[in-house]
Amino acid sequence: MKKVFVAAAAAFALSAAAASADDPIRAGFVYVGPIGDHGWTYQHNAGRLAVEEAFGDKVETSYVEDVSEGPDAERVIRQMAEDGHDIVFTTSFGFMNPTARVAERFPDVKFEHATGYRRADNLATYDARFYEGRYIIGQIAAQMSESGILGYVASYPIPEVVSGINSYMLGAQSIDPDIEIRIIWVNSWYDPGREADAATALIDQGADVLSQHTDSPAALQVAQERGVYAFGQASDMIRFAPDRQLTAIVDDWSDYYIERVQAVMDGTWESGVVWGGLDSGMVVMAPYTNMPDEVAEMAAETEESIRSGEFHPFTGPIYNQAGEEVIGEGEVLSDEQIHSMDWYVQGIEDTLPN
Amino acid sequence: MWLEPILMTIIVASTPLMLAAIGELVVERSGVLNLGIEGMMIMGAVCAFAVAMTTDNGFFGVVAGMLAGMAMAAIFGSLVLGLATNQVATGLALTLFGLGLSGVIGESYVGESRSGLPRLDIPGLSDLPVIGRVLFGQDALVYLSFAIVAGVAFFLYRTRAGLALRACGDNHDSAHSIGYPVLRIRFLAVLFGGACAGLAGAFMSLSYTPLWIKEMTAGRGWIALALVVFASWMPWRVALGAYLFGAITILQFHGQAWGLGIPAQVMTALPYLATIVVLVIISSERARARANTPLCLGKPFVAER
Repeated sequence: MKKVFVAAAAAFALSAAAASADDPIRAGFVYVGPIGDHGWTYQHNAGRLAVEEAFGDKVETSYVEDVSEGPDAERVIRQMAEDGHDIVFTTSFGFMNPTARVAERFPDVKFEHATGYRRADNLATYDARFYEGRYIIGQIAAQMSESGILGYVASYPIPEVVSGINSYMLGAQSIDPDIEIRIIWVNSWYDPGREADAATALIDQGADVLSQHTDSPAALQVAQERGVYAFGQASDMIRFAPDRQLTAIVDDWSDYYIERVQAVMDGTWESGVVWGGLDSGMVVMAPYTNMPDEVAEMAAETEESIRSGEFHPFTGPIYNQAGEEVIGEGEVLSDEQIHSMDWYVQGIEDTLPN
Repeated sequence: MWLEPILMTIIVASTPLMLAAIGELVVERSGVLNLGIEGMMIMGAVCAFAVAMTTDNGFFGVVAGMLAGMAMAAIFGSLVLGLATNQVATGLALTLFGLGLSGVIGESYVGESRSGLPRLDIPGLSDLPVIGRVLFGQDALVYLSFAIVAGVAFFLYRTRAGLALRACGDNHDSAHSIGYPVLRIRFLAVLFGGACAGLAGAFMSLSYTPLWIKEMTAGRGWIALALVVFASWMPWRVALGAYLFGAITILQFHGQAWGLGIPAQVMTALPYLATIVVLVIISSERARARANTPLCLGKPFVAER
């Protein structure tokens, strides 16, 4: 095995040397939103900056922001490959098929696609276990809510979002079995106005803790103004709700990006699947603020038990809305089941849009 | 009372649409099609927020947003009127330009947050149940948006200048031959459209969601464009249409939270479906519905010597 690596590294070194002696590694990033969204894309860009910081002259990065999930994406990705990038990161679920098609045509370029499931010899996928953080904030929400009604601003009914809602609800139910949840789908990842409207509607209907799976900090701002609690999404949004953000589920891609670029440099890059959680540092909880000490302690304990692998948020018994047992006592949902989740757990009074 | 908060949010959601659409209505009535509303709006939003943060004064922010919209409109006007460039292409370019430039200008303001514009508060009146806050507790831009609609309606149908503007939109050759300065009238109309779009942007970044993030207008400029057609170029119908769009958005959110079970996608599509229906009516009942359509819409005017 080791020999293969050495051989591969030598071959890579040769081909690199053929081009020019000390050519920097070129890493390209394709973003779905603007880097100024203060959320999802902002965090991916922070990862890119960390790569530059870590390698200095040895790496050259470039990015294209705001790439829509359609034919445009394939054009942008292809251009990056043609331009001589050594590795290209595409950071939205909707980039999956374009990335796969381009990867087929450029076997010498390495591709990394976030949150998808199509892989090839030169196409790896990576994702973070955001649902781990959702369980923790569910527990916090149930402790902090006085009305017993939680509000959830959701984007699109895809498995990643649905598993987040379920995990949140399971966390909340572990504290208060009768907790209620109201869900509003805004059918957008990024529309600050609509996100704010949805947050307002939820508060008007009695929700006093908000959670969101959309990308802008608008809901936090509404929470601050209306005096209810909320959680940040993707990045620490405490500046938008200094008195009201309880914590935030922060995505941290820096280590992963550095590791993968390093692998390209060493010629050890291999395709694969990475699904990192709290233990890998890909999911990080922002400081627990604006809550009593005992709630913060409980949250930290849950966080630790998930990180150590002692506890899994989707541990049975889990029932679906019809009351059927999905998994029994002590069993844990498989990654496959979480990745394809299209059902709500018992206790959610909402119909899942299909 | 559940009605009051719903009405409050509907007003907030409708105001930027109404502001941008009433401006575009005047532009189109003069015979110019400006597809750059989104670009003017987003520039209004970023400049309003930047100035409001720097001066710590919401009023200066609003003025800055309006001026930014007008500056963008001036670029558009110079190109399509001065150089007779293609209006559709120039408008689209203006949108792309605005989205890009606003991102650069706003870069250092990402992550900043301020409190909204001050709201009117009349002791007694503002405390009335249900209608108190709805009628007497809004910020200045909401009242201004209605004043502008009323002003535009009056201007277009009750003044000579309004008649001249409509003449330019319906038949620029005739308007020219009787001595109206077609290009100057159109340029002023374009500037007015820019000012309104800039105000709409300022409302977004100072009142609706008082923060700056890139592309925060999220396509509202395009909805405004559809609204003008939906309103068949009539000022009060713009107000009606904007509030209909806003109301559907907000009510579908409440419907979801109540668990009514109407698919969100259908509700989201409703305003656009309504626009298509209006378009179908316009194209089938030519004589009646076309009475208000500016006949020279989108056609460049070059004076003959």
